[in-house]
Amino acid sequence: MSSGEATVLYDAPGPKARARNMLYTFLASAALLAVIGFIVFKLNDKGQFKGEIWAPFLVGETWTEYLIPGLMGTLTAAALAAVFALLFGSIFGLARLSDHRWIRVPAGIVVDVFRAIPLLLLIFFIWFLMPSLVGGGDFLLFALVAGLTLYNGSVLAEVVRAGVQAVPRGQAEAAYAIGLRKSGVMRRILLPQALTAMMPAVVSQLVVLLKDTALGYIITYVDLLNMGFKILPSVHFGTKLVSALFIGVIYIGLNMLLSWFATWLEKRSRRSRKTSAKPLPKTLDLGNPLGG
Amino acid sequence: MDELIKYGPALAEGFLVNLELSLICGVLSLIFGTILVAMRVSPVPVLRAAGSTFVNVIRNTPLTLLLAFSALGLSDTLGLAFSDDPTTNAFWLVVLGLSAYTSTFVCEALRSGINTVPMGQAEAARAIGLTFSQTLRMIILPQAFRAVIAPLGSVIIAMVKNTTVAQAAGLLLDVAFVMYETFDTTGVSIPIFIGVVIAFMVVTLPIGWFTGWLAKRLAVVR
Repeated sequence: MSSGEATVLYDAPGPKARARNMLYTFLASAALLAVIGFIVFKLNDKGQFKGEIWAPFLVGETWTEYLIPGLMGTLTAAALAAVFALLFGSIFGLARLSDHRWIRVPAGIVVDVFRAIPLLLLIFFIWFLMPSLVGGGDFLLFALVAGLTLYNGSVLAEVVRAGVQAVPRGQAEAAYAIGLRKSGVMRRILLPQALTAMMPAVVSQLVVLLKDTALGYIITYVDLLNMGFKILPSVHFGTKLVSALFIGVIYIGLNMLLSWFATWLEKRSRRSRKTSAKPLPKTLDLGNPLGG
Repeated sequence: MDELIKYGPALAEGFLVNLELSLICGVLSLIFGTILVAMRVSPVPVLRAAGSTFVNVIRNTPLTLLLAFSALGLSDTLGLAFSDDPTTNAFWLVVLGLSAYTSTFVCEALRSGINTVPMGQAEAARAIGLTFSQTLRMIILPQAFRAVIAPLGSVIIAMVKNTTVAQAAGLLLDVAFVMYETFDTTGVSIPIFIGVVIAFMVVTLPIGWFTGWLAKRLAVVR
């Protein structure tokens, strides 16, 4: 069924069904309103609508001193990890496609192992391992970025591999037939087409990566979550919920923008005549659809 | 190797907490996810809107934020308490946050499963006079579930791994926290890390194999 599934599951309502749907709409609205009302009542009861806990968010300083630097911390980690993960993913994805078993098999093991390790454990391990390897220092950002790179890079390696494999075999055969060498086939024929097919999946994985930067909160890396949930409420007492609302909106906004971008790319690549490969599914079953 | 033997029992106890969380959250998120997808395809616009708002908001929020919010926001500020005992309370807050988070992914997987069911199935169901809920329960969802067993397996595997984030909600019992504490007191230990990772693989790999096998066995031939 296509996206019109909601209308295929039921007929255009007749008088009886309309009455029934009205009743359900009424009941559902009443239940929703009751839940919202209860939450508002509770919030009010705990004094969450008092002016003084909202006031800090009207002051520019709260944003310039806390939330924006926090957001920068999140974006720095995400940007670094995204670049390194894409590099890692391209290298290992291509290594997995190698004709040489001694390259293909180790690359496969690395990719499979790093995808299976819970990300937080990996970050903890790198965070504690670094000082004992190279001596003291601040390894918060390093541990976060390294963990994110290894995990998301491994998932991206699978995306790259699947992207190249999604190009119909005839393309490579034709390229060999006109006399291109192995590297030329990959570089000139397969990769350009695979890139279009895998872009939606890559962008979706970047959403996962961006969400996972919040794990930095646990190792006390100063990101948006840490600023909004620990540091800001310790300066302006009682602002926890309000600040959760603001940082939640920022996270959700960023991720939805990226998700829409992925969907747009998917639509575009489905129409694209630059590739003979079908676009990869955005999330399903390429590694893990969800991160921390 | 000595560290692993010395701290093994504590780590194993922590890992049991992860398993407990996985089991409870797995069941709850499959149930909630099914309810959510039923809401999202229902003929009642209010339910559709409520379902998709919930899914889009929760899915795009970092799990760490959800868990920290359920502990610091819902519990500390709003006074939501499952139990007087802080540890038990924290445990159920993790269950709440992780189940809510995972159920949105279950919902999305099922929705893509519904898209694989041919239109003729729903039309035939209506033609023999089944109502919306009968069509959904007896015709559409059984086929949708069978189409997405492998993706659901990936969702469950990710959820098992996500139980390590439990400490964000103040549950300081799970294996990730025990490992953190051990590293903090005795320094980093490679055998302990490898041991914990293998423990997770022992759980997640069979889930992947089993769901892969089940998906093939139950695949709907079209």
